[in-house]
Amino acid sequence: MDQGVVGIYSYQDSVLEAVGKLKDAGYSNMRVFSPFPNHEIEEAIDLPESPVRFFTLFGGLLGATCGIGFTVLTSSSWPIAVSAKPIVSIIPYMVIVFELTVLFGALSTFLGLIINSLIRKRTPVRLYDERFSDDKFGIAVICEKEKLGAVEAILNSTGAEEIKFDEA
Amino acid sequence: MSQTQQTPLTYARITEDVVRMLDKPSMKWWALFIPTVMLVGVGALCFFYQVATGLGVAGYRHPVFWGVYITDFVFWVGIAHSGTLISAILYLFRARFRMSIYRIAEAMTVFAVLTAGLFPIIHLGRPWNFLWLIPYPNSRELWINFKSPLVWDVFAVSTYLTVSSLFFIIGMIPDIAAIRDKVKEVPRKIIYSILSFGWKGSNREWLHYTRAYLYFAALATPLVLSVHSVVSWDFAMGNVPGWHTTIFPPYFVAGAIFSGLAMVITLTIPIRKIFHLEDYITLDNYDGMAKLIILTSCIVAYAYAAEFFMAWYSGSPYEWGQFVYRATGEYALFYWTMVICNCVVPIVLWWEKVRKNIKALFVISILINIGMWFERFNIIVISLSRDFEPGAWGVYKISLVEAGITIGSFAWFFMFFLLFVKTLPAISIAEMKEILPVPKKGG
Repeated sequence: MDQGVVGIYSYQDSVLEAVGKLKDAGYSNMRVFSPFPNHEIEEAIDLPESPVRFFTLFGGLLGATCGIGFTVLTSSSWPIAVSAKPIVSIIPYMVIVFELTVLFGALSTFLGLIINSLIRKRTPVRLYDERFSDDKFGIAVICEKEKLGAVEAILNSTGAEEIKFDEA
Repeated sequence: MSQTQQTPLTYARITEDVVRMLDKPSMKWWALFIPTVMLVGVGALCFFYQVATGLGVAGYRHPVFWGVYITDFVFWVGIAHSGTLISAILYLFRARFRMSIYRIAEAMTVFAVLTAGLFPIIHLGRPWNFLWLIPYPNSRELWINFKSPLVWDVFAVSTYLTVSSLFFIIGMIPDIAAIRDKVKEVPRKIIYSILSFGWKGSNREWLHYTRAYLYFAALATPLVLSVHSVVSWDFAMGNVPGWHTTIFPPYFVAGAIFSGLAMVITLTIPIRKIFHLEDYITLDNYDGMAKLIILTSCIVAYAYAAEFFMAWYSGSPYEWGQFVYRATGEYALFYWTMVICNCVVPIVLWWEKVRKNIKALFVISILINIGMWFERFNIIVISLSRDFEPGAWGVYKISLVEAGITIGSFAWFFMFFLLFVKTLPAISIAEMKEILPVPKKGG
């Protein structure tokens, strides 16, 4: 059964060093915690691009389609000429289409964030430490039981201030 | 950033300071909150009186049937604009001075849209029929008229409310997680745990979060520009002299950002003082906002001049008559208040000393908001009171009921704001940490 080990750090450069060493040693299943978004850590881990962008794109396109469909179909379903404009007046409808594009795009971006970041690939709760939201960085590695010692050695050698073990 | 150098901010101090803002409310807070709620009550009573008696108590007289309520609507939608400007547009431009104030500005946006959204309903003779504006399948099989600017308004304002609320919530998730980890009392811990969506701050979460935030900003930027454009079309689509002009969308958007920034300054100055946030909201932040005010003030002043020029150059006696009337007629006092507050007063901000003087900024920001309220009043009421037919001209007077509801709307806005500063992180914890130098082993 896989187990988890987490090292707690105060300094960003120590975290980057540890991430590099862990990657070199072949441990890819890790999470780095930080109290704020950190581009250097992101680059060091080098995950594939976030799929949230597809949610935004899909939501926006769906919104535009719904906007066009809704305005055109409803006004043709009971044609009444208003203000001497054609029954289907594309230019005024663009306002509705635009608003629905933004609305659906935003809602699906939110959904994308919730699904990707908070539901999928949940971080094991016990590897989290409350200091990670305050002023500490953390590296959690999930690996086989036999390799825990090796990981601990890497975390220690890179200046982890505290190391905790738990079942992942 | 001279103050920051005296007492350096650390990650731990930022979390602590923001969590301390959420401590049990002081007597001062209650002293503000209770009168605010009472004023909301006054507004509500005025509204019920109006519903029971009829719109006649709202001062509507022929030919003016759009009065203070529509003025309030446009004013509050305008206030709502700078929140998204600061959180989305300045985010895309990577303007660092936004970091400490953007949460307050976003909260202001959400509450201002909540306030604005009430006015079209208050303005209805039968307010319970407001849902006729919303497209839903009904037994008459009749749909709303998508060519009407009023329907565009419904779509624009409700989209804006939804998107700005989501933006506000997303921005707060990591900060609420930080509060969750700090508070000790069990009920608070449970509430903040739920609101934090289980945020842990791992690299994967941040990766998706930063991307989502970027796309949100990219969607919110054109949205914010569209909302006040749509509001301006409520007027520009009509053929009333003083309304029927193509400069309205940019003119309204600039005015909205102008008044919104002034409101951010008005609100942050007392908060900064009460919660001792001098290290967070620095004079440089105010300097940045004041410069944006100069820019938008110039655009607004240019629009006032362009309106006059176009009225004269058009050769239309109705247009020209309308503008001469604005400056010299019964409402001349309102017109010149607007010009002085919006075009003359902001000139002093060209001096850096004034931009960094908190007391001066506070006074200027309030004057700007007074000026911007009158701008909307002038556009809406004066245009209606004198259109083409001299026999139908008339003068509109603000009634007590309208004044009561307007004061109630300010109280309603401040009530939400007071609740916000005591329950949610008013300063962005994560973004403040982001702008501090990263701790390194070598120092």
